[in-house]
Amino acid sequence: MPQRFRVSDQPLDAADVAAAVAGAGYGAVAVFIGTVRAHNAGRQVRFLEYEAFAPLAVKSFERIAGEASRRWPSAALAIHHRTGRVLIGEASVVIAAASAHRADAFAASRYAIERVKQIAPIWKHEHFDGGEVWIEGATADPQDEAARQAALERACS
Amino acid sequence: MLVTVRLFARLREIAGAPELRLELPGGSTAADAWAALVGRHPELKGYASSVSCAVNEDYARMTAALQDGDDVAFLPPVSGG
Repeated sequence: MPQRFRVSDQPLDAADVAAAVAGAGYGAVAVFIGTVRAHNAGRQVRFLEYEAFAPLAVKSFERIAGEASRRWPSAALAIHHRTGRVLIGEASVVIAAASAHRADAFAASRYAIERVKQIAPIWKHEHFDGGEVWIEGATADPQDEAARQAALERACS
Repeated sequence: MLVTVRLFARLREIAGAPELRLELPGGSTAADAWAALVGRHPELKGYASSVSCAVNEDYARMTAALQDGDDVAFLPPVSGG
């Protein structure tokens, strides 16, 4: 069975991520694929370069899966994130959420991507026409309960 | 005591290295390591309120006490996904 939580500089395979959470008890697998967009904040993006603190990123994915399974006990998550240069249209992250029924699979996958953006030690270095910039989003704090609640609300709206 | 400091993304670029060693007095915390680092690279100062830290590959508070040989990572705001 493929690994459930992974950081890799190789192209991501959504089928592989889905296979990591396959099981006879599941009636739904929601797969979220985050891809690199050609435009950001008025800039023409050429490609993104992702950097990660891989061992802590994998632990963060495990933590997110644990949080999700407390909220949606029948749900199982797999999260793969890519590092290095990722071209426009390519996948930077793939999340598969399996559950007995579709509602929990959709909600758990949405929760997971929100939490990845909040606490996974991963950074985008955007290369655009005319320059480059490090994208800095959230201050990573897994104990920040308000952030976790915000992710839950987005998942359940 | 001697600790290894790991830096990522913009912090790594400012310091000019992904990893460096810091000699710190016994009883130092992650915040002390950060202060020593800012002493070497004043441009890091702007990250004081947004930096996160990890000790030995687990998230930790800046108040965490360090031991000889610890691995301390400083993380700028994250942007995965």
